[in-house]
Amino acid sequence: MLNTLIKPVAPNMYRYDEFDAQFVTERVNQFAGQVARRLSGELTEDQFKPLRLMNGLYLQLHAYMLRIAVPYGTLSSKQMRKLAHIARTYDKNFGHFTTRTNLQFNWIKLVDVPKILRELADVEMHCIQTSGNCVRNVTADQFAGATDEEIEDPRPLAEIIRQWSSLHPEFVFLARKFKIAVGATEKDRAALQWHDMAVQIVKNAQGRVGYKVMAGGGMGRTPYVAHVMSEFVEREDILAYLEAVLRVYNQDSRRDNIHKQRIKILINTIGPEEMRRRVAREFEELKRMGTLQLPQDELDRITAYFAPPKFETGLPDTIPDAGPDFANWAATNVHKHKAPGYAIATITLKTPGQVPGDATSEQMDVIADLMDQFSVGEVRVTHEQNLVLPHVRKQDLPAIYAKLKELDFAAPNAGLITDIIACPGLDYCDLANARSIPIAQSIAKKFENLDRQHEIGELKIKISGCINACGHHHAGHIGILGVDKKGVEFYQLILGGSGAEDASIGEIMGPGFGEHEIADAVERVVNVYLKTRKPGERFLDTYRRLGMAPFKDAAYEKVAA
Amino acid sequence: MTKLIKSGAYAQDTFVPVADDAALPEGAVLVSLARFQKDREALLARNTPIGVKLQSSENPETLGADINHFSLIALEFPKFRDGRAFSWARMLRTRLGFTGEIRAVGDFLYDQVNYQHRVGFDAWEVPDNFTIEMFNHALTEMTNVYQPSSDGKKTIRELRAGK
Repeated sequence: MLNTLIKPVAPNMYRYDEFDAQFVTERVNQFAGQVARRLSGELTEDQFKPLRLMNGLYLQLHAYMLRIAVPYGTLSSKQMRKLAHIARTYDKNFGHFTTRTNLQFNWIKLVDVPKILRELADVEMHCIQTSGNCVRNVTADQFAGATDEEIEDPRPLAEIIRQWSSLHPEFVFLARKFKIAVGATEKDRAALQWHDMAVQIVKNAQGRVGYKVMAGGGMGRTPYVAHVMSEFVEREDILAYLEAVLRVYNQDSRRDNIHKQRIKILINTIGPEEMRRRVAREFEELKRMGTLQLPQDELDRITAYFAPPKFETGLPDTIPDAGPDFANWAATNVHKHKAPGYAIATITLKTPGQVPGDATSEQMDVIADLMDQFSVGEVRVTHEQNLVLPHVRKQDLPAIYAKLKELDFAAPNAGLITDIIACPGLDYCDLANARSIPIAQSIAKKFENLDRQHEIGELKIKISGCINACGHHHAGHIGILGVDKKGVEFYQLILGGSGAEDASIGEIMGPGFGEHEIADAVERVVNVYLKTRKPGERFLDTYRRLGMAPFKDAAYEKVAA
Repeated sequence: MTKLIKSGAYAQDTFVPVADDAALPEGAVLVSLARFQKDREALLARNTPIGVKLQSSENPETLGADINHFSLIALEFPKFRDGRAFSWARMLRTRLGFTGEIRAVGDFLYDQVNYQHRVGFDAWEVPDNFTIEMFNHALTEMTNVYQPSSDGKKTIRELRAGK
């Protein structure tokens, strides 16, 4: 229920000016025209498809799916309430937070889309480039602006990239999709190296802040970790550099085989050295032209929108004692904040049994209330399909926990084995070969016991229902890939992947397991870890030390018997 | 049938497209890159305007210094989803400094005309039912832009700064 006593708080985040507002409004009208032409038959489905995709509209198994951009994962409470309203009015009362830190609705009617887009525009939101062969919604570290690990808040740059890439005339009909992420810490929470292009904010030897640019990461059927394109790009040159990479990609990528058209294929075909050479040539030319230079005053202007909130001083800097359940939750879901007395709180949308990433309208409304009451009106969406309250007072944590418990969003499992990423899978998706959600649910149920979860420690399970890898299975410590074998769903195990700063591509174990065997196989793999780990080792560390063999032997043991 | 749009109006196409194996007619001709390379000397000796039509896989840089001989470069969209020509047009207008006509031909949509205009196209071979009103509408659906391109249009950043 909407609590009318709670006063909405406007967080420090980017706010549209007249130009942004006009841009989005005109874009809505443009898309409304495209929808009308499709409904009248003027546009064929083949012609309409890339146009609707560029506006986040997919045709799925049962209905249209609309994907709403949450730029760099930052949402205000007002926006969250609008999403709840849209779910209630135009969908089946829930939405799904995705691994691109977006929100998607699965049951949308085409005729309603222009209306929904106008409602979104009212709260400075849109669906521009959330799908299709163009530059997608830019993602960032979910702890941006709150963690003391960062060189600076990565969101101002992400916003600058968002604007530059919006309806970029040269890059809206690329060979394939193009995903960009921005981070500013050594510890990588944004899976930078798995992106088509990533920017890491760094300091050079002279202490000057600039950007390390990587390109060519990607999942799908041919997984690659990104190559470094430049160790250090000066601040004012960053857009010129990113444009140079995209131009080389647009010109030189294959167009004859949809499976070989991502930038990762281009870079790994011509080699990173040749790619750097081609990019450098474009970059030098763009720099000479000077039209893409990013002036410091523009960077300052955008940065000012993201100014840190005014943190109270003199707050108690300890997490209150509020019982064992709360203590368990705080141990996994509360993270260090840069301001004394404050904390970052992760809300995992992963209570065992739940559909990972789903939230109902009612839950969204209550989270909006929590944002206003406890986190200066702000929340972050993470690529692990969780939400984060970025600025909460430690003394408020028990009250937040109590409220989350009512919502069934209080699972103390951030980063643990039941904090599973899963794509929508065959339950919704047109591309899927197998279901993901029930597998996530059965594994989460199997490991529901909290003591056991803590005993296992950090372990990231990521599940995809097909090789497109929306569930990031290549980057899971344990990845699971659903495949279809003569009409029966099978699940392959993939071990040793990582989406963090130690990024690695998981290795396929062997033949898949049946839907009723996979959770047991995971359990046997985990048991090998528990038996063989050295002190302080995570699952991933033990796997890297021992290799596949002992895990494989255990996983197939029972199946063979 | 197709029509040609230039400078916001229907225009007479003065170039005659010539198949690779056909004899060269009098006057301005539009040939493929292969034909140009094969009959380069003969074409240049004619002293009449020459246009070249590039496939989306053909990088305009391959024209080298010959670029100065062309009055028209037509960029082919084999399928509207193939967006390479957007970068080729941009390259022609910037790196290669081409000031002649860049014409969009092939399979492109109304919805792409504005992007083409921005990157440097200034002529469009359109179906008969593509009206001038549609063309003008396509160019005005979006008033402002976030990024610089070949059209030299002021960006939103410049407008914000009052430039």
